[in-house]
Amino acid sequence: MPIVFHINTGSNTPIYQQITEQVRLAVTTGGLAVGDQLPSVRVLAEELVVNPNTVARAYGELMREGLLESRAGRGVFITPKRKVFSRDEGWRRLEPLLGALIGEAMTLDFTPAELRAAFEAKMHQWKHPKGGDRNE
Amino acid sequence: MNEETVIQACGLTKYFGARAAVYELNLEVPRGCVFAFLGRNGSGKTTTIRMLMGLLAPTRGAGRILGHDIRTLTPEVRARIGYLTEEHQLYGWMQVRECGAFQARFFPRWNDRIYRGVLGHFGLQPAAKVKDLSRGERAGLCLALTLAPEPELLVLDDPGLGLDPVARRALIESMIYLTRRSDRTIFFSSHHLSDVERVADYLAVFDRSVLRACCPLDTFRARVRQLRLRFPGPPPALPKIPGLLQAVRMENELRVTIVPHGGAAEKILQALSPREMEPVPLTLEDAFISYLGERGEKTFILSELEAQA
Repeated sequence: MPIVFHINTGSNTPIYQQITEQVRLAVTTGGLAVGDQLPSVRVLAEELVVNPNTVARAYGELMREGLLESRAGRGVFITPKRKVFSRDEGWRRLEPLLGALIGEAMTLDFTPAELRAAFEAKMHQWKHPKGGDRNE
Repeated sequence: MNEETVIQACGLTKYFGARAAVYELNLEVPRGCVFAFLGRNGSGKTTTIRMLMGLLAPTRGAGRILGHDIRTLTPEVRARIGYLTEEHQLYGWMQVRECGAFQARFFPRWNDRIYRGVLGHFGLQPAAKVKDLSRGERAGLCLALTLAPEPELLVLDDPGLGLDPVARRALIESMIYLTRRSDRTIFFSSHHLSDVERVADYLAVFDRSVLRACCPLDTFRARVRQLRLRFPGPPPALPKIPGLLQAVRMENELRVTIVPHGGAAEKILQALSPREMEPVPLTLEDAFISYLGERGEKTFILSELEAQA
């Protein structure tokens, strides 16, 4: 299934970052699988009506993260995930997101049990390449 | 001047009577980029463009376009530049098709595929009379006339002015299409920051006759920062802060928008011992408005050089 990008101008997230975030999300939720091809910089830029350099910057960042690779003359593909961040760095990036999630749930008057249930339900979207949970 | 610089202004100044419409403008536009020229109405954008096009003599200073002195542009150089004016000057009695045939005679090159392609993009019929066209259609026609000679430099003076969202999107799509050739440069002025966000690599911000920022768009966004400082009680008086754009005082909070230079501003703010200090993400429009809004200091300028430092 090809990825469908949604670009918002006037957002406090720059356009290149909207693209990287949507690719990362699609990869974690299984919308994009290893080996899937993304449109070329030129094609995506014209489709989204954004400057090609913006798309190139997004792809460049995803390549540095090891999520994408460019195969000469063939295009841009999702790579088998290799580890680019140390475990500590990974946690450092994840921690604020967890904090924000819990904070938001509190403000919106959810109970811890409700959040846990919603979290578990959402986790089913995650198709881990090694298959399933570490605890199981 | 670097061969890769297509527009260069050096101390360019224009007085109308005692009033400076453009004051000491220094500007360089690299080849192959999409360069947005921003500023409020009456800030001197059109005057600058008219000087660069050799249509208005500067009071002082110099400029070069495609490597040629703007005071002595030959028809050969002008033919390499596509210039779209704000007013969309056209002959009302002509048909759309005749406009193309007429314009083509003035240029050594004329790509009729591009002409018809842009017309089609704006839904224009070749047999339509110019006087019957809507504002958006006139804009589409002018754009087609400007693009068909395949200029290597495109100068568009507020091309989105008065266009409906559909026509504006067609305009932006045409601009993106043009970047297929990586040696083509687009220099355009606009008030539509959402369009600027989509197409521009670089931006220059003009304020009351003076250039106030000139850098890559991402740099501008990253450099204009807003910090929220929370205090247990009423916030203290604000000391002098380098690069301050705006400060808004609330009950227990200060919101400070700055263009930081090497952490000095943050240090001063931290010394106010706020309970909490956190960055607030800004949209391009927020950044632009706080950059041009009222405030105390206005001497600093963002340059590409600083961005690299």
